[in-house]
Amino acid sequence: MNKKIALWGILILAFALLPLFIKSNYLLGVLIVIGLYTIIVIGLGILMGYAGQVSFGHAAFFGMGSYTVAVLTTACHWPTIPALIASLILPGLVAAIIGGPTLKLRELYLALATLAFGILVHILFNELKGITGGPSGMTGIPYLSIGGLVFDRDIKFYYLVWVTVLLVSLAVHNLIHSRMGRAMRAIRESEHASETSGIDTAGLKLQAFVFSAVLAGLAGGLYAFYVTFVSPSPFGFHTSVQFVLMAVVGGLGTFWGPLLGAGLVVALGEVLRWAIPLVIPGAGGEYQIIFFGIILMLIMVIKPEGLGAITDLFKKPRVEEVQ
Amino acid sequence: MKKKRILTGIITVIIAAGLLLSGCAGSKEATKTSAGKEPYKIGAVIDISGSSSSLGVPEKNTLQMLADKVNAAGGINGHPLVLTILDNKSDETEAVLAVKKLIDQEKVLAVLGCSASGTSMSMIDTVQKEKVPMISLAASSKIVEPVQERQWVFKTAQSDIVTINKLMSYLKEKGLTNVAFLYMNNAYGDGGRIAFTAAAQAGGVEIVAEEKFEATDKDMTPQLTRVKTSGAQAAVVWAIPPSASIITRNFKDLNMGIPLLHSHGVGNQNFIDLAQGAADGVILPIGKLIVADQIPDSDPQKKVLNTYIEEYSKKYNSPPNSFGGYAWDGFYLLVNALEKAGADRAAIRDVLEKTQGFSGVSGVFNMSASDHNGLNEDSMVMVQIENGKWKLLK
Repeated sequence: MNKKIALWGILILAFALLPLFIKSNYLLGVLIVIGLYTIIVIGLGILMGYAGQVSFGHAAFFGMGSYTVAVLTTACHWPTIPALIASLILPGLVAAIIGGPTLKLRELYLALATLAFGILVHILFNELKGITGGPSGMTGIPYLSIGGLVFDRDIKFYYLVWVTVLLVSLAVHNLIHSRMGRAMRAIRESEHASETSGIDTAGLKLQAFVFSAVLAGLAGGLYAFYVTFVSPSPFGFHTSVQFVLMAVVGGLGTFWGPLLGAGLVVALGEVLRWAIPLVIPGAGGEYQIIFFGIILMLIMVIKPEGLGAITDLFKKPRVEEVQ
Repeated sequence: MKKKRILTGIITVIIAAGLLLSGCAGSKEATKTSAGKEPYKIGAVIDISGSSSSLGVPEKNTLQMLADKVNAAGGINGHPLVLTILDNKSDETEAVLAVKKLIDQEKVLAVLGCSASGTSMSMIDTVQKEKVPMISLAASSKIVEPVQERQWVFKTAQSDIVTINKLMSYLKEKGLTNVAFLYMNNAYGDGGRIAFTAAAQAGGVEIVAEEKFEATDKDMTPQLTRVKTSGAQAAVVWAIPPSASIITRNFKDLNMGIPLLHSHGVGNQNFIDLAQGAADGVILPIGKLIVADQIPDSDPQKKVLNTYIEEYSKKYNSPPNSFGGYAWDGFYLLVNALEKAGADRAAIRDVLEKTQGFSGVSGVFNMSASDHNGLNEDSMVMVQIENGKWKLLK
C-alpha cells in the first residue's frame, strides 16, 4: 500500500514539475490534449471495462460539452464557470434520457444504438444553424477564468487539465473499489448471474453511462475554452472510434489504461508526423496512418489486455504464486 | 510471459523517448545551411490528407516548388529559406498542435495555412497569442473578421462576398432577378448561403426557392423539381464536386430551360469530367487562372499566371488549380514581407498589412488595417463552359 502511495506521489510530482523542464507550448499542447482525452477515456473505461457496455457515440457527449460552453458564453454571455458546470450537466441529462431505452439493448445492438446516437447529434450540430452556427462553427469563446485567474496560456491550462485528471482519477479509484465498482465488474462478467445475486443491473449500467457522459462533457467544455473555436468536425464518428481505440489499447478495466491509451494514441500521431517524413521524404498523413495501424496491431498482439496491464511488470505474477 | 512483459516495456519506453525527441528535432535542419547568412524559417500547416486533401495537395506542391525556386535563386536578400510543411490531416485539434510545434520548436517567422476554413479558424487563437503572422488559404471571411481580433491573420482566397458580388452583378445585368439558390450542406455551401442571402436582400434579387443537399447525395432531382415549379429565372448552385457534378447532370436530364450558375468551387477539370457532358453552358465567377490564355495581355496578372502555369505543369505534369494559386499568393506575400522586414514577426505583419498593388494568382491584393484579404470583384471573371472547355465571358 505504501508503495502505491509513493508511486502516486512520484507521478503527481513529475507532472507538477514537468513544465519547469519543457518550456515549449507545443509539448504542453500535446500534454493538454492527452489530458482532455484521458478524462473522456476514464469515463469510457468505467462504462466499457467495468460495466461492460460499449459506446460508439461518446464524441457526441464531448461535442455537447463544447457546444454548451460555446453557446452559453458567446450567445448568452454567461460567466465561464457556470458555463463549464452546464457542460457537465447537459450531456449527463441527455445520457440519462437516452440511456433508459438504449441500455436495455445488449452487445452489438447497444454499440449500434450509440453509434446512431453519435451520428444524429453530429447532424444536429450541423443543422441547428441558429444555435450552433452550422458547419462554419462558433468563434469568440472567452478564456476560462476562476476568481480572477484567467487560463489564457498553455502552462495554466496544463495545470488545470491535469489537476482535473487527478481529481477524476481519485473519484474513479474510490468508485471501483466500492461496492458499486464490484457490482459493475460482476455485470461485465455475467449480467444474468449478477441479477440473480440481487444487483440492480439496469440502474448501475445507467449510472455508469451517465457518469461517462458527464466526464466527456467536462472534457468538451475544457476543449472549447482551450481552442476558443468550436465546429462540428472534431465531434464526428471518427472521434468516437478513436476514444474506443484509446480505451482498448490502454487496457479495459485497468486503472492506468485511460492515461496510457490516450497518451499513446496522441503521442504516436505526433511522433509519426515528425518521424515519417525523415524516412520517406514528402510523405503525408496517409503513410502516418499505415504506421499508426501497424504499431497499434503489434501492441494488441503482444499485449491483448492493453497497456494498462503493464503494472503487472512491477508485481509478482499471481499465477505463479498459486502454482 | 516474462519476455512479453519486457517487450511491452521496451515499446513504451521507445514511444516516450520519441515524444521527447520530437521536441528537439527542429533545430537540426537549420544548421545545414549555415554556410551563408542566417536562414529565414517559415512554416505551413496544410490539409494534405483527410477530407480536404484535394485542396491541400496542390498547395503543398506549390509551396515546395516555390521554396526550391527561391533557394536556387540565392534566397531572400542572401538568407536561405527554410520551409517546414506539416499535415494536419484535415483535423482541427491536429492543426492546433501543428501550429504550436511550428512556432515553438521550429521558431518560424510566419505560418501559412490551413487549406480549409475550420482548420484555419482553430489556429487563430494560437497565432494571436504568440503574435505570429498567419496567412490562411481558405475562403470564409470569418477568418479575417473582425479585424481588431485578427491583427495577425491574413488570407489569400477570395472571401465569399467577393464572389457573390461578381455573381450578383452578372444576374442583374442579365435581368435575372428571380433566382433559386441550391447549396451543399457543409461549411462551404453554408458560407455561400449566408453571403448570397445578404447580398440578395441588399440589392434587387429575389430568392424564390432555397434547397440544400448533402455532400454525399447521389441524386438531386427532388430539389430541382421544386425549383422548376418555383418560377425561377436562373439557378445558382454553391457546391463542389462530386455533388456539384451530379446536380448538373440532373439539371440537364430535367430540361430545366433556365441558366445554371455555379460557384468558384467547381473550378477544376474534375467537375467537367464527372458531369459527363452536362457541364456545357454552366456559368460561374472564378479567378483568372483557369482562363489565363484568354485574358488580355494588359492584365496585371497575365505574366504571373503564365509563369505559374508553366512552372507547375513542368514539375508536376498537370496544370495548377486555384487552390495552388492561394498558396502561391500566400508564399510570395510572405517573401515580399521578409525582403522588406527581415527576421522580425511584428515588422512582417506590418508590411503584410500595407501590401498594395501586389499582382498574384488570385488577384491584385490591396490590404489595409480594415481588410486583411485585399481582393475585390476585379479579381474574378465570369466564365462559361463550352464543349468541356472554360471560356471567358466578356
